[in-house]
This record gives sequence, C-alpha cells and structure tokens, in this order.
Amino acid sequence: MASHAHALTEADKNRFHMTEEHHPENGTLLGFWIYLMSDCLIFAVLFATYAVLGRNYAAGPSGADLFDLPLVAVNTGLLLFSSITYGFAMLSAQAGRKTPTLVWLAVTGLFGLGFLSLELYEFHHLIHEGAGPQRSAFLSSFFTLVGTHGLHVTFGIIWLVTLMVQVGQRGLDEAMKRRLMCLSMFWHFLDVIWIGVFSFVYLLGVL
Amino acid sequence: MRPKLLPSPRVLAKLALLPALLALGGCDWVVMNPSGDIAIQQRDLIIVATVLMLVIIVPVIALTLFFAWKYRRSNEDAPYDPDWHHSTRLEIVIWAAPLVIITILGAVTWTSTHLLDPYRPLDRLAPGRSAQHVKPLKVQVVALDWKWLFIYPELGVATVNELAAPVDTPIDFQLTSSSVMNSFYVPALAGQIYAMPGMTTQLHAVINKPGTFDGFSANFSGAGFSHMRFKFHGMSQANFDRWAAEVRKGDQRLDGPRYLVLEKPSEKAPVQKFASVDAGLFDKAVNRCVEPGKMCQHDMMRIDANGGLGMAGVYNVTTLEYDKRVRRGQEGGLRAFVAALCAPKSAEAR
Amino acid sequence: MSPDLVKFIFGRLTWEAIPLHEPILLGTFIVVALGGLATLGLLTRYKLWGYLWREWLTSVDHKKIGVMYIILAIIMLLRGFADALMMRAQQAMAFGDNAGYLPSHHYDQIFTAHGVIMIFFVAMPLVTGLMNLAVPLQIGARDVAFPFLNNFSFWMTVGGAVTVMLSLFVGEFARTGWLAYPPLSNLAYSPDVGVDYYIWALQIAGVGTTLSGINLVVTIIKMRAPGMSLMKMPVFTWTSLCTNVLIVATFPILTATLALLTADRYLYTNFFTNDFGGNPMMYVNLIWIWGHPEVYILILPAFGVFSEVVSTFCGKRLFGYSSMVYATVVITILSYLVWLHHFFTMGSGASVNSFFGITTMIISIPTGAKIFNWLFTMYRGRIRYEVPMLWTVGFMVTFVIGGMTGVLLAVPPADFVLHNSLFLIAHFHNVIIGGVVFGMFAGITYWFPKAFGFKLDPFWGKVSFWCWLVGFWVAFTPLYVLGLMGVTRRVSHFEDPSLQIWFVIAAIGAVIILCGIIAFIVQIVVSVLNREALRDETGDPWGGRTLEWSTSSPPPAYNFAFTPVVHQLDAWWDMKARGYERPTTGYIPIHMPANTGAGVILAGISTVLGFALIWHIWWLAAVSFVALAAAAIAHTFNFKRDYYIPAEEVVRVEDARTEALRSLT
Repeated sequence: MASHAHALTEADKNRFHMTEEHHPENGTLLGFWIYLMSDCLIFAVLFATYAVLGRNYAAGPSGADLFDLPLVAVNTGLLLFSSITYGFAMLSAQAGRKTPTLVWLAVTGLFGLGFLSLELYEFHHLIHEGAGPQRSAFLSSFFTLVGTHGLHVTFGIIWLVTLMVQVGQRGLDEAMKRRLMCLSMFWHFLDVIWIGVFSFVYLLGVL
Repeated sequence: MRPKLLPSPRVLAKLALLPALLALGGCDWVVMNPSGDIAIQQRDLIIVATVLMLVIIVPVIALTLFFAWKYRRSNEDAPYDPDWHHSTRLEIVIWAAPLVIITILGAVTWTSTHLLDPYRPLDRLAPGRSAQHVKPLKVQVVALDWKWLFIYPELGVATVNELAAPVDTPIDFQLTSSSVMNSFYVPALAGQIYAMPGMTTQLHAVINKPGTFDGFSANFSGAGFSHMRFKFHGMSQANFDRWAAEVRKGDQRLDGPRYLVLEKPSEKAPVQKFASVDAGLFDKAVNRCVEPGKMCQHDMMRIDANGGLGMAGVYNVTTLEYDKRVRRGQEGGLRAFVAALCAPKSAEAR
Repeated sequence: MSPDLVKFIFGRLTWEAIPLHEPILLGTFIVVALGGLATLGLLTRYKLWGYLWREWLTSVDHKKIGVMYIILAIIMLLRGFADALMMRAQQAMAFGDNAGYLPSHHYDQIFTAHGVIMIFFVAMPLVTGLMNLAVPLQIGARDVAFPFLNNFSFWMTVGGAVTVMLSLFVGEFARTGWLAYPPLSNLAYSPDVGVDYYIWALQIAGVGTTLSGINLVVTIIKMRAPGMSLMKMPVFTWTSLCTNVLIVATFPILTATLALLTADRYLYTNFFTNDFGGNPMMYVNLIWIWGHPEVYILILPAFGVFSEVVSTFCGKRLFGYSSMVYATVVITILSYLVWLHHFFTMGSGASVNSFFGITTMIISIPTGAKIFNWLFTMYRGRIRYEVPMLWTVGFMVTFVIGGMTGVLLAVPPADFVLHNSLFLIAHFHNVIIGGVVFGMFAGITYWFPKAFGFKLDPFWGKVSFWCWLVGFWVAFTPLYVLGLMGVTRRVSHFEDPSLQIWFVIAAIGAVIILCGIIAFIVQIVVSVLNREALRDETGDPWGGRTLEWSTSSPPPAYNFAFTPVVHQLDAWWDMKARGYERPTTGYIPIHMPANTGAGVILAGISTVLGFALIWHIWWLAAVSFVALAAAAIAHTFNFKRDYYIPAEEVVRVEDARTEALRSLT
C-alpha cells in the first residue's frame, strides 16, 4: 500500500511540491487494526497467565467440576450468530440501506446481550457456589480472562447502540460506514478471542 | 580438572588489573578480590569480558576523539568529502568486528554459565584441587523479615544473622524466603541468588581463606532491608567444629512456634544461636505450613496435579487473622488459607 | 457525622494522609502552592486564560503538543532530580551512628518515585514530544493521522504525572522499587495507598502512550509526502517508527500486568500471591517483557536524533543509511528476546541464562554498527561544534562505556556478582543519561529554532553540556567502583566508613549535574529574552538536510503551503542543491483538523477516577466512570472536526514569509 501511495507519477518527477491539495489515504482502519492487535496482546497476557496458573486449584475445584459445557455451547452459538448478523448489517450498510442495517445491528446487539446474560448467570452461579475468583489462582485467571472478554462485549454493545443512534441521525455516510467497519472488526475480533477461550479454557478444562 | 575458559585468564587478569590495582591504593574491592573459588572465577570472567570488549571500545573512543578533532571546521587542511556515504568494505568491517568479539564472548558465556551454574555441585575447591572426596556442608537459608536464618541440618543447629563454614569445604546452600523476595549475597564467597517464598533456590560455593566477610540481602524487601546484614565466618575445620560445639551448648531450641515468633518483622536483629532445630522445619518453611493446620504447598500441588478436591474443596479455606497482613499493614484484615487435610503426613513429606 | 458516613464519603482518605508533620514535604507543598498561585495570578492578570485554552490546551497541532510534552518532561525532571539529590545526600551522610536525614519509610518512596518519574514522566514525554514535533514535519505532513487522539494522549500523560505528584501531598507513594515486584507490592506487604498511586498513575499515562504509539505508526505509514518511500525516510522518522511499533507491541503487556496486580489488590485474586497457587515469578517475567523493549523505546529516538545531528553538523550525508535502518529494525526485533537477563539470579537454568545472555550480546552488534556509522559520518566532514554536535560527541564517548558494562552484565556469572549492585545502577544511568538524555538535549537544541523561530543561546548550552558530561562521570564513576566493592542498591544506611568518600564524590557529581539543569533553564530564559538577536528567519538555521527545514520557523499551522514531493533521501538538501525556488503564488485552501477540549475533559475525569480508586472512594469512582463514558460517547457525536484555512489566509502568511526572506538577501 505504501509503494502505491508514494509512487511518483510522471508529472511529479520534475517538481518539488504538489500544486493541488494532497490527500493522504485515511488511516482510521489501519489505526484501528493496530489498536486491535495491541488489545490482542492484552488477551495474550491473560491466556499466558491462564496457561501458567490454570491448574493451580489450591485444593479446590477444577474446571471439570465447575464448567457447564452445554451452557457455554449455547453462549458460543449466540456470539457466533451475532458475528453473522453483524456481517448482514455490513452488507446492508455497503448497499446504503439504512433500515435493514439498523435491524441487523439490533439483532446483533440482542445476541450480544444474550451472551452477556448467560455469562453473568455463570459467574453468579460460580460465586454463589463458593468458587469465586478469590478461591484459587486457577479461578482468578479464569474469571479475569473470561471477564475481560465480557467487558469487551459490554463495551461493544454500548458502542453499537451509539452507532445505531448516529446512523439514525445521519444515515450511512462515509464517516458512519467507517465507524461501522471499525466496530465490525472489533466484534469479529471478540468472536475469535472467544473461540480461543472456548477451546482453551472450557474444552480443555472439561476434557 | 575442569576445562579452562580461555588459555590463561590469570595472566590476562594480572595485566588488566595492573592499572586498577594502582588506583585502589589498598581499598577493598571485594568483587575484584574475593576469597572463594567461585567468586574468583566470576572475577576472572569479568576481566576477560572487559578486556575482550576493550579491544573494540578503546579504538572507537580514540577514533571518535581523533575525528572530532581532525575534522573540525577550522581545520581547512583536512579533506572534506560531503557526498561520501558508502563503502561496502568498511560496512563489512563495522558489522564483522563486533560480530567476532561477540562470537568469542558468546562462547565464553555459554561455557562459563554452565560451569558456574549455582545449581551445579562443585568439582573443584580451588585450581588443581578436586572436590570429589570432600563432603559438602549443607546449609538451609531462610530470608525472614528482615534477618537471615541459617539451618545446619547435619549439625542440627541454627543461627540468625551469623553464618560459619570451614574453609576448603563445598557449601551446599538451599534457600527460601518467608515473605517477599530477597537475594542472598556474600560477595567474597560467590555470586548472589534470590531467596523467594514458596520456592527453593540453590547455591554451591566454597570459601578458601579464613576470615570474616559481609553478607546481606541484595534485593529490596521492605523497611528493614538496609540492615538485613550478617557476618560470614570462614574458619579452619577445627575452629568450625569448636564453633558448632559452642552453638550446641546453648539452650535455645528452634521449633515451629519459635519460628513463627522469629518470622515476625524486626529490624537490626541480633545474632541468635539455636542448639537444636526441628527436623523438617526448612521444608515446612518452604511449603509455608509451619503454622499448624495449614496445608503444605507440596500437598496442595499433589492434590492439584490430581485435579483438585472438587466441589468439596470449595470451602476448604480457613479464615483467620492472617499474620502478615496484620504485621506489615496498618489495617487488620481477614485472610484465608487452605486447611491441611492431614497435618502429620505433610510434616514428614519431603 | 457518623464514622460510616465519613468512610463512605472519603474512603480511606483521612487527615493523616496530609503530611503536615513532615517538614520536607510541607515546605515543598508551600513552594509548589505559591508557585502555582503565582502562575495562576499572572495568567489572570495578563488575561491569558483564553489564549492558553484556545491555542495550547485544546490544540490538536502536533507541534504544540510536542512542545507541551517537552514542558511536562522538564517540570517532571525537576521533581525526579530533586529525588536524586535527596538520595545522594542521604547516602553520603548515613554511615555508622549517623542515620542520615531520611527514615527508610521516606527514602524507599524516594527511590521508587525517582525511577518511575524519570522513566515514565521525563524520558517518555521527551521522546514522544520530540517525535510529535519533528516527525510530521520530516515526512511533509500537515499533522498526525489522528490529531484529537494526539491531544488526548498528551493529557492522559499529564493525568498520570498529576497522580504521581498528588502522592507527594496526599498519602504516599509506593515503597517497592520502580517495578513493584510482588509479593512486596501485593496487598499483604503493601496495604497502603502507595502501590495504588503507582498502578493508577502508570495506567492512566499508559493509555496515552499506547494511543500515541498507534497514532505515530499510522502517521508514518500513511501520511508521507509523495515520493518518500520507506528507504527515503529520514533516520529519525525510521527510529520513531520502530519506537512506536515497540510501544504498541509492549505497553499493552504492561497494562495487562498491572491490571492483574490491581485485581490482586482490589478483588483479592491470587495471581501474584504466595498462597492459593499464585505465582510472583509471572509478574517478574511479564513486567520485563514490557520493561526491556521500553529501554529501546527510549534509546532508538535518541539514536535518530544523533543521526540527524551528526550529518547536519558534519555537512555530510549520513554514512551507511541502509545499514543504520537495518540495525534499527534488528534492535527492535531483538529487544523482545532478552528480557530474562534482568533476573539471571532467580534460578533459571544455565541453558536458559546463556540463551538470554547471548541474545543480549547480539544486540550490541547492530548498536556497534550504528556507532561506527556516526564515526564514519564524521570522517572527512566539516564539523561545526554547535551545541547539538557537542551532545553527540559526548554521547559517543560516554555511551560506549555504558554499552560495554551492559554487555558485561549480560554474562550471567558476571551478573551474579554485579546484579542489584551500584555497578548496575551506574550502567543504566550511563546508557540512559549518556544516551537518552544527551540525545534529547541534542534534539531540543536542534529543533528549538524550528519550533520557536529563534536559536537557543549557545553559551549557556555549552555550560549545560559540560556540567552534564563532567557531572555524569563524577557522579557515576564512584558507583561503578562501589559496585565492584560489593555495595548494592536501595540501601539507606551503611556500616563501612571507608565507603563514604565515594558517596560524597557521587553527591558532588549530582550537584554538578544540577548546575547543568540550572544552566539549561537559564539558557531558555536568556534565549527568550534575547530572542531578537537569536532570531532565524530562514527556517533553516543549521544548513539542514530534511524537510522540516524547508518551511518557516515556526512553521505555519498547516506546516507546508504545498505538500513537498520527495526524490531523494535528504530531500531538502536535494532541493537546495537543485536550486529549488519557493513558490509565491497559486495558494489553495488547506484542510485542517479543528481544536477540541474533549482531550482535557476526558483525561481530567480519568484522573479523578484514578484518585477515587486509590482512596477507595467508591461513589466518586462510579460517578466519574459514568461521566467518562458519557463524555466519550458525547464526543463521538461531534462530527465537525475539521475546517478549511481559506486561501486568503495562506496567502497572508506566505507573503509575510516571502517578505521576511527577501529582507534577508
């Protein structure tokens, strides 16, 4: 991309300044992508911590004792579906159709809320049983990893609602499409992280 | 005989030390003039590495100053070549020269790190003297807030803030800490090693000259850190035996309850001697179960390796005034620990 | 009021937290308060509030933000250096029966604060400030990629600094050392607010640092002038790119690590505890996976400055540009593979230790190549000893010694005897002062005329340089010696009286450095007073080579009336050599980002949030958190973030410059 933007045209070869206004490529998507990678590092640290501490049960319960796999499977399904519906929202947005975009965004948000509710139910249940984050290093790292993902989803939902309001106000102009694209990357990113959590924490914990 | 690092580190050592020695004028640079074989080898390594690097550093500094002077603007005679910016030959040299030095130094590092690994039992007492037939002295070290506890398991005695060992006898240290990280360091004897809670580290060393040397914690550990010092006495075997007999004559016994008292934070603690020590106290200190009723960490780890205690283990936490929180903090508070399931068994477990 | 209500309202905050009984702190507070009041008074008296708010605090202009970063760094340097002087004084007097004047409770906070402030609030803002100031100009851009984010990043850094400073007067700072290793930093051993101040100061500032890293990476990748391919970028831009990549790739690790420590302290989790399966070694590993690259984050831009300075003042193209670039990239990558050398003494096996020892040494190869490149740039040059060049030569001579002792410390068995010793302290001050600080002073002196339109007074600059150089060696040679005597760090009292003379010499060195700092401030004051004599109308006072020297000093808000087209490395040199003539007609309107107060507001609320969390004032934390979210969302509803500078305005500015240039000839 750099070579494209910075290649000189024939006309440029003999001049030292542009006579027209220079418009560098918009950097928002690249910037947001770099932000996502830095966020990915935060999850990398949490995964690494889980890898180190995940078997330190402190003579308490293990993942096999605690995890309710069917519940988590439903949860995973909700999040995966929300990614698909977000995809539909983006398709509508690209086509410039405002109402379908808003509808798909709303569906995505509802799936996200469902996911969050189930996660909160799971957390509440665990803490109620005495298996809170204080019980062992395993539970500390479990709650922190899953909880950080949950916080991201929460943040994503707030962001989603904000964008819906803005799309409602402004319609689908370039700025809004760009914002929807950023949230799209964010949402799919959270999906990928969740697949890691599901396999690495829940499946490996139970199997 | 162990292999030598370089042809003759001693000769190099003397060469490089010459100007340094002149400068000291009798000061005690203990790191450069230690009394134990391990520390001496570490000293030699410092000198070898420094000399190797000076091969490149001295010319660089000299050239910098020379160019800086020669090509000053007022020197109209010096050549000026504003467009000269590349020379493949020169580029090869400037990458290759450091590469060569680092290759040699890397080889020295690899061998010396393995030979001087603190976990490796000694194979020599001094150059040319094998350690094979000398029985090592075992010393267990516990870093407490803010003093050092030394347990001699073979002699059945313990001391606080005083360490003694016979000369030319390998010392086999095992170290841990009761609370936070400390670093055990006797510069005259050998390099330092961290003493950390819930873990053991090891250090093998030997002292070759009788004398009294400084030891201390090298890693900051809180309010009393600056005074966390002790004397290390290198003694002849006869003197050491006499010292041990002296300690044994006392009437103090170091058992669990006494350890828990000793463990409480105190600064500038005086030397204390214990004529007898509970067997297995060090193990309990490492596993953080000197306190009665507390599950030893190795038991916990064994349970965890088998998948924990299941939901039954959820409430296996005993809540009590956690000593450390109270003693170091300003506010009291409730803290919990995991209760032992079978205290007697854990006591004898290794 | 009932005690419960008081506790609800104030959390842990009580009157005891205000250090009325500490004369040193009280005195400092009075001085700071009077100074602050005087400043506020003057601002009001001369009706500067509006100007300050419109032109500076809310500015999204990268040049102004760069300047503000540097001002922040200089203010914090005074605090960090005061800590250094207090430590030197304590260690010079605390022998035998003399306990010195600082009890360990106070001394331990001072060395922690010194490290934290110097790294996070002096070195980092200096580096970020210079990058902000110079990079967009060097690549021919109008601003950074995300101008609002830039302003926000700066104010978050200020928020972190304010939090650290607050700990001086409300409560206390951490007593743990600058990296706050658990278990010592955990709740069981540091239950009071010190570590919480540490955590929240770094977290607030860390947000700013990470965002500013993303911003500059995108700026450099996307916004270069036409024709400026990667291998035609100025070296400073290259080193900035690598530094910002490192920031983006390491600061999240610091954030996550501190968050885990926070969870341990606030939610009673067991990440780094001794009990319940926690593992303090995790923290040590994680913090150094951030910590070692951090060192290169600081030094790489300094290397960039030296590269610019040496070729400018030797009047010669940089020797071995591509090997300089490759060396920078290699250092960037290798900096991730060396973190364990900070704890060889924690019982890793011999193979692990040697691996990390050898990777550390390998870094010295590209670093050595860089030194040679600067050396051969001087070869057959015409060296003008302006102040930036003095710093550069001082750096080359000083830094190689620090590099040598660094490689020595990378040999694990040697590290066993030198780790935690004053030799180590001398080593890293040798590379940070001799490298980063010298580099930043060189950079400030070099780009000052670009930012303000007049040069800094050379006499006081030379005084400052010589004081720093001599002071550094007088202060730290004794520490090298003491390290070889087996003296370790963070000790507030010594038994052996024969050591005292060395500490006294080191204290004298610190005083000489103080003279250097004073001379630097005098230099700025003298230069401002004498600015007409020092004025540079050309925009190119040093005979520069890169694009920033092609525009006026200070540059207009839009930097370049016409975006430059680049044909060669050293684009401006090329333009000058080929007889480029500045266009004087044909101006067009210029699209620019608009100022906004959102950054100040968001960072201000974040700081309040941090304070509330430190003192467990939960209602305030909740309120400020909601306010933060609301303000952030409200900001996204602001779509008017840009405006056009009309062509007539550009004509006015550029005609003035044409006039000024004509009067020179």
